[in-house]
Amino acid sequence: MEYVDYSLADQQGAEGQASILCCECGVPIAPNPSNMCVVCLRNHVDISAGIPKQATLFFCRNCERYLNPPSEWVQAQLESRELLSLCLKRLKGLKEVKLIDAGFIWTEPHSRRIKLKLTIHGEVMGGTVLQQVFIVEYTVTNQMCDDCHRTEAKDYWKCLVQVRQRCENKKTFYYLEQMILKHKAHENTLGIKPIHGGLDFYYASDNHARKMAEFVGNVLPIKLTHAKRLISQDIHSNICNYKFTYSIEIVPISKDSLVCLSKKLCHQLAGVAPICLVQRVANVIHLIDPLSCQVAEVSSTVFFRSPFEAITNPKQLVEFVVMDIDVVYEKDRKFFPGQGQISHKHALCDVWVVKASELGINDNPVHTKSHLGHLLKVGDYAWGYNLEDANINNENFEKLKNDKIPDVILIKKSYGDRMNRSSQRNWKLKHLNEESTDFDKTKNDYNEFLEDLEEDPEYRKNVNIYRDATKPANETETDAEDLPRITLAEMLEDLNLNIEDDAMGEEVGDEEDM
Amino acid sequence: MALRVQFENNDDIGVFSKLTNNYCLVAIGGSEAFYSVYESELAETIPVVHASIGGCRIIGRLTVGNKNGLLVPSATTDVELQHIRNSVPDCVKIQRVEERLSALGNVIACNDYVALVHPDLDKETEEIIGDVLGVEVFRQTVADNPLVGTYTVLSNQGGMVHPKATIQEQDELSSLLQVPLVAGTCNRGSEVLAAGMVVNDWISFVGMNTTATEISVIESVFKLNQSQPSSVTTKLRAALIEDMS
Repeated sequence: MEYVDYSLADQQGAEGQASILCCECGVPIAPNPSNMCVVCLRNHVDISAGIPKQATLFFCRNCERYLNPPSEWVQAQLESRELLSLCLKRLKGLKEVKLIDAGFIWTEPHSRRIKLKLTIHGEVMGGTVLQQVFIVEYTVTNQMCDDCHRTEAKDYWKCLVQVRQRCENKKTFYYLEQMILKHKAHENTLGIKPIHGGLDFYYASDNHARKMAEFVGNVLPIKLTHAKRLISQDIHSNICNYKFTYSIEIVPISKDSLVCLSKKLCHQLAGVAPICLVQRVANVIHLIDPLSCQVAEVSSTVFFRSPFEAITNPKQLVEFVVMDIDVVYEKDRKFFPGQGQISHKHALCDVWVVKASELGINDNPVHTKSHLGHLLKVGDYAWGYNLEDANINNENFEKLKNDKIPDVILIKKSYGDRMNRSSQRNWKLKHLNEESTDFDKTKNDYNEFLEDLEEDPEYRKNVNIYRDATKPANETETDAEDLPRITLAEMLEDLNLNIEDDAMGEEVGDEEDM
Repeated sequence: MALRVQFENNDDIGVFSKLTNNYCLVAIGGSEAFYSVYESELAETIPVVHASIGGCRIIGRLTVGNKNGLLVPSATTDVELQHIRNSVPDCVKIQRVEERLSALGNVIACNDYVALVHPDLDKETEEIIGDVLGVEVFRQTVADNPLVGTYTVLSNQGGMVHPKATIQEQDELSSLLQVPLVAGTCNRGSEVLAAGMVVNDWISFVGMNTTATEISVIESVFKLNQSQPSSVTTKLRAALIEDMS
């Protein structure tokens, strides 16, 4: 067996370099720029000297975020990349050396200590590169972040958007809710609160609130007023702290109401009749004259310049039975020069009706004209206002001559039992949250709103409709009844992430069966 | 024996002094602490001359000399030359050299018999070196560096070369010089040896920063400590064995 001195061969190097003695400890080494052995060099210089071995991290217990100085708070899991970068940022002297590797050393999660193992390269004494591994310990201390602080202090909103509609029924609000959901306009709200007659949206910044106000202005005819309240003021730095309020008043008119226009406004709207039916409230009010099928659009500016009121409400609707119907042809209609647009989706008709409650008792059908000629047949039921018996207090209405006022105005076709319809409804809508739009005693309003959506494809164009998985998708039996319904193509499938393990198992089982 | 010295808080004492077997030059204007170390060790045997070259104090790098002679660069003034001439022993020949590489101490390394010189040195200078210093002249490099005077320190007993000099190179130089050589450092790992130390046959001065290890290397290669245990025992043993046989 031979003994080979590998260590000497190593030290002398490949090209026969002489070994010298380390100037500190006298160990033979290969010459290097500092002419010291690694151990002595390490004793001599500490390349990690400029790097703190202890540091502090600030952590907000409420929102579980770490402070990224100066003022950013970031979410970071333990031993995550985000936390690593955050930790490294806290170390001052890392610029002077080259960071080779960094990693976490496991610590108890509740110990509130984070340990980082760093490997650095540093150049010392004229070109010798030293590598060093060391551990930095971080202490996690609690500090409440600004956001949480404001929440704690119940002082977190800066801006308030008040949406109000001073009218009897809340269909317009349901429509607004759907629009907000569809366009995700509620993303930045801090909270939504139902207030008598409307909703309050709270925001942290003025920008978001203004955006919301503009959004509502785009989808509904509104009046916007803006106010601010001085909370605090620093006269030295000229900084003021305000709370802003945007007050939005939605026109107090809802679908299926009758309105009575002033003479001037009638003239402005191309000679539409004073008594008009509100067909739809979208970003403008769509009016139709049921006696001539003339339509008009009233924008918010026009409305608020000369406001008008609803003279009847859908609550007062009475059911009628169509005894006879006669479509009025184009040639038989009266036109006048300067007349506004006539709806071609509706068919004008002469119709004779009897109240459903008096069917068989009263043999004198009331004659009226209606725009529902395309829907109604003899024997159909229809909802209408009985103006003859109505007690209407309206300035404009009182000025009208009696012969200009029809006895009955039909609003829409009746499709039978409400309960039956709602039970067959195989779709649903989403809501902002349970309490925010749960206006008391308005369940009926909501049902009517759903029916309106079914009956008016124009209306539901702007609404996201979701398939109700609990109801069967297709019912052939009801097709015969000729109910207005929403086709499957218009519905969206609800995203459901909560699939249980059992359900998955069953599905797999099903596939095997197939 | 090797002594630690500092020149005005500077460890590069080889720059500010020149030590040979016959005389010692020290730079003017230094502190008394510096001079007293030299004088206490040398004054009994050889003159310690306070000198400047061309008004500069870096005399160790500008001059080269041994027991036979001293070469000074052309920048040396007549007064300075006369002063040195008056101070050193009469047997020492002093010569001014017209050489482009005027830092003679950096380009020439010599003991009393052999000189290693920069490969680009003038032919005339080479001849003057041979005549004045009475040495054999070899054009050489040390560890691929032509500044042989900077990176080599020689005495008649031994020599020290740049730490990067290979074994082959050391063997070659050793055979030229006929003295043992070692690669080493001074002043805590500095490789500019001639700046960090001056040496003659019986004493050496090193920079204050030089470590004990370096001093022990220096003393052993220059045989400055003849009473070393190892040498004592070997010599004694040889004598004893001779006696007994």
